[in-house]
Amino acid sequence: MSEAVTALAGATYEGAVTVADGGLTGMVQLRADLADAAVATAVKAATGADLPDRRRISAAKEQRLLWMSPDELLILTDHGAAPDLVKRLSTELTGQHALVLDLSDARSRIRLSGQGVREVLAKGAPVDLAPGRFEPGEVRRTRIGQIAAAFWLLSETEAEVICFRSVAPFLFDWLSTAARPGSLPGHFR
Amino acid sequence: MLILRCPYCGVDAEETDLAPGGEAHLTRHGPGSDDAEFRDYLFQRRNPRGVHFERWRHAFGCGKWFHAARCTQTLEVFGTYSAQCSEPPEEIMTAIRTRRPDWEMPA
Ligand SMILES: [Zn+2]
Repeated sequence: MSEAVTALAGATYEGAVTVADGGLTGMVQLRADLADAAVATAVKAATGADLPDRRRISAAKEQRLLWMSPDELLILTDHGAAPDLVKRLSTELTGQHALVLDLSDARSRIRLSGQGVREVLAKGAPVDLAPGRFEPGEVRRTRIGQIAAAFWLLSETEAEVICFRSVAPFLFDWLSTAARPGSLPGHFR
Repeated sequence: MLILRCPYCGVDAEETDLAPGGEAHLTRHGPGSDDAEFRDYLFQRRNPRGVHFERWRHAFGCGKWFHAARCTQTLEVFGTYSAQCSEPPEEIMTAIRTRRPDWEMPA
């Protein structure tokens, strides 16, 4: 086995907001009709979690289930746990029209922390990030700058962003620039 | 700036989140059709000033194709609807007729 490494090699930027490599993350993709009760049952059996509602995140133990589209779910878990999760899900979904893949190395995760995470994200994404309009528990797939990304808030001072691994250094630099000291307008405060 | 509600995500997606797919509800002319039909299917498009039906894709979001009815002159959006239909649903037609009483569906 080769040793898994992240695209960002543990990079951290300390600005008005801290931008940091989110570390190795297990990511399992499920493509199936999320409106199908049998799919919900299988996901519950394999993860212990209910399917998230539209645009939302559900969780059980160390796993978080992200609603990506009406027929796509992304499950975040420990990096080492992904292969087993794929097996469990595939077993539970036997006979169903579904696809389960370990995509842990396809995307990178970046953590934002500090006052102003809403503003850093709002600089690059065409999303209303005002309090009350976008809250923890919700996931948004959109773009940041020119690239596809998805993000969610963990709290008022913590957010996570995922993007494709090949553009992770670009997004890290982009977010670091957006988080430069003195560059946040204080719009949401 | 055009803002369309993705019928699959329910988000009001800004134009930069979307990819345009051109005119909606085209009839495909493939094998068995004559040259003129095939040419028109490939190249002939309406270019109305006013009510228009289009295909859009929530490219940076859920990735799904959907339909939109809007006014090309004012950018007013009458509604968005599922990609899985070959003509606009009744509620979209009602929304258009309410706002544009003189408008008629082109043949
Ligand atoms: Zn969408």
